[in-house]
Amino acid sequence: MSTITNISLEEHFLDLYRKNSSDIADNSAPLMNSFRENAIARLEELKFPLNGNEAYKYADIGSVFKQDLVKTFASQKISFNIREIFHCDVPDLNTEPLLLVNGRFYNNGLKYKKLPGGIIAGSLLQAANDYPEIVEKHYGRYAGESEDGLVALNTAFAQDGIFIYAPPGARMEEPVQIVNIMISEKGLMAQHRNLFVAAEGAELNVVICDHTLSAHSFLTNSVNEVYAGKGSQVNLTKIQNEHNGSSQITHSYYHQEGDSNLVSNIISLHGGFIRNNVNVKLNGEHAENHSTGLYLSDQGQYIDNFVFIDHASPNCFSNQLYKGVLDDTARGAFTGRILVRRDAQKTNAYQSNNNMLLTNNAKIYSRPQLEIYADDVKCSHGSTVGQLDENALFYLRSRGINYREARLMMMFAFAHDVIQNIKVMSLRNRIDDLVNKRLRGELSRCNNCSLQCG
Amino acid sequence: MLVIKNLRVSIDNQEILKGIDLEVNAGEVHAIMGPNGSGKSTLASVLAGRDLYQITSGKVLYKGEDLLEKSPEERAKEGLFLGFQYPIEIPGVSMANFMRTAMNEIRKYKGLEPLTSSEFLKKMREKKDLIEISSSLTNRSVNEGFSGGEKKKNEIFQMAMFEPELAILDETDSGLDIDALRIVARGVNNMKSPLNSTIVITHYQRLLEYIVPDFVHVLYNGRIVKSGGKDLALLLEEKGYEWVRSESVNM
Repeated sequence: MSTITNISLEEHFLDLYRKNSSDIADNSAPLMNSFRENAIARLEELKFPLNGNEAYKYADIGSVFKQDLVKTFASQKISFNIREIFHCDVPDLNTEPLLLVNGRFYNNGLKYKKLPGGIIAGSLLQAANDYPEIVEKHYGRYAGESEDGLVALNTAFAQDGIFIYAPPGARMEEPVQIVNIMISEKGLMAQHRNLFVAAEGAELNVVICDHTLSAHSFLTNSVNEVYAGKGSQVNLTKIQNEHNGSSQITHSYYHQEGDSNLVSNIISLHGGFIRNNVNVKLNGEHAENHSTGLYLSDQGQYIDNFVFIDHASPNCFSNQLYKGVLDDTARGAFTGRILVRRDAQKTNAYQSNNNMLLTNNAKIYSRPQLEIYADDVKCSHGSTVGQLDENALFYLRSRGINYREARLMMMFAFAHDVIQNIKVMSLRNRIDDLVNKRLRGELSRCNNCSLQCG
Repeated sequence: MLVIKNLRVSIDNQEILKGIDLEVNAGEVHAIMGPNGSGKSTLASVLAGRDLYQITSGKVLYKGEDLLEKSPEERAKEGLFLGFQYPIEIPGVSMANFMRTAMNEIRKYKGLEPLTSSEFLKKMREKKDLIEISSSLTNRSVNEGFSGGEKKKNEIFQMAMFEPELAILDETDSGLDIDALRIVARGVNNMKSPLNSTIVITHYQRLLEYIVPDFVHVLYNGRIVKSGGKDLALLLEEKGYEWVRSESVNM
């Protein structure tokens, strides 16, 4: 694979697709394959979101995709025992995690994990063959209309990912945990695709942890499609902890039917380049969405959250809360777009983005975007950028608390505001702990990995 | 305990304290009175270690050591306590976590074992009863949503918990009703011992009906213009600060 310099990114990936289309298809499912040609045409039309693309105004997508990375489409032989080198910092969760290694389901001799209430979790590739009626009904339905070339890119190349299905009325206490690992002897790009379906009245709790386990450059361009059926309750938590040489772009599409309640928490602890797109469609009355995010960035890290809430039905509620602490020369962006369609009367939509900059060189761009076409709605937005409150710091110090500890207490208090939105208690406590460690500088990018590649 | 010699302090090149001399011995209660803008709060802040000010000359010795060289946290660990005129709200930091962290930092400095949860809670209960502060306040974030009076009571509660050697109370009485004032006074009087000293900064003579000072100083325009016994406070109440002003012209 040569460096992409003289040709456009579109040309490079179209060429890559043509040369590997049979490998891609042979190692995926017919149902997923049936979307590829269309996606390639979409990519040609939409192109990469480079300079001048308003949605990606601050994100240097060009540099990220121009990295010299291996792209493989045949199934890989993993020549080490993953259990020996990886144990996640998050659990306390009773269940064994589902593993995705370089974008592929890591088959541990077990096709699916079957949970009480008929909940099924396993490989999307496998599920596309075994449960075609469910996968067909949802795959590509929510991300398919996207105007983002990167989503088309994923649809063209994605071969596997995680599939979770909660049948009508299913109850779930412990969350399903997905551990998404990047590990390779060379820089690598992966594009997986997850599909979670919560049928009518079902409850679904999922935790996704992203890790890099070797010191190479990695790029992930993944898509999550989530269907929250009528009256369902879906809790999603994503914990990003990758090294500074990693780039991650995640596109999440949440389709919510009436009376559903979906809570999405994205906790970005570490990562070189992170872009999280959250797209919510409130498609039935009395649907409720809570999208929250916490980002802690330092050194030269880049963190970019883009949230789009589409109030397509009346009487729905949405609340966005994103908070971040940026240190050193870290840069960040937040865009929160709320669209209230003409008939979406009695909408309640709130948004808040608060940032703390610890140095003069850290930067944040915060953009609230409200588009309201209905006349009986309640919408608000607030955005703040500030430093640690010197008076509060002095107050704590005047009681005997060291400068460093006082600073940490205040940063932790700032962050906890987001963490307390996490519904699963055991998970909330663990994340409190992780964030505390992260702020103290005790959480290395690979501390849960015996390779200690740093 | 505390010796201040010719202390001059400026902020933004404007001189606020113009040569303060004061000596406070162990076991004494001193009251510093004076009109608005005379420099009372600046003096308190400088002693606690706020770094907004430029100290242009003078010396402060606390227990024989140079106080001005120490960080705010070192001063606290050495037993100095400032009761804030305007206590700060710190959302998200719980009172209990804050108090326990501070307490254990101070204990660590003194070479003592940290308090266990039950020891800490027992101490909290004891002092809460003394100050008559409700648990609903101590379960909240530091000062968050407290009324003015509750914030002041919370300062006294902290003082009772930390048991400082030198407490400086900056206008703790302002904004308090009579009942709260009695409780504040009880907190101060309860702490009084031959080893501890208190500096009460106040505007009015009212608090001094409950806390009887050994010495009263009048701060005016950045200088201590009069010092005396507790009767000075009464005289001041009777004659007003105008009297000091005219007296100080004659100095």
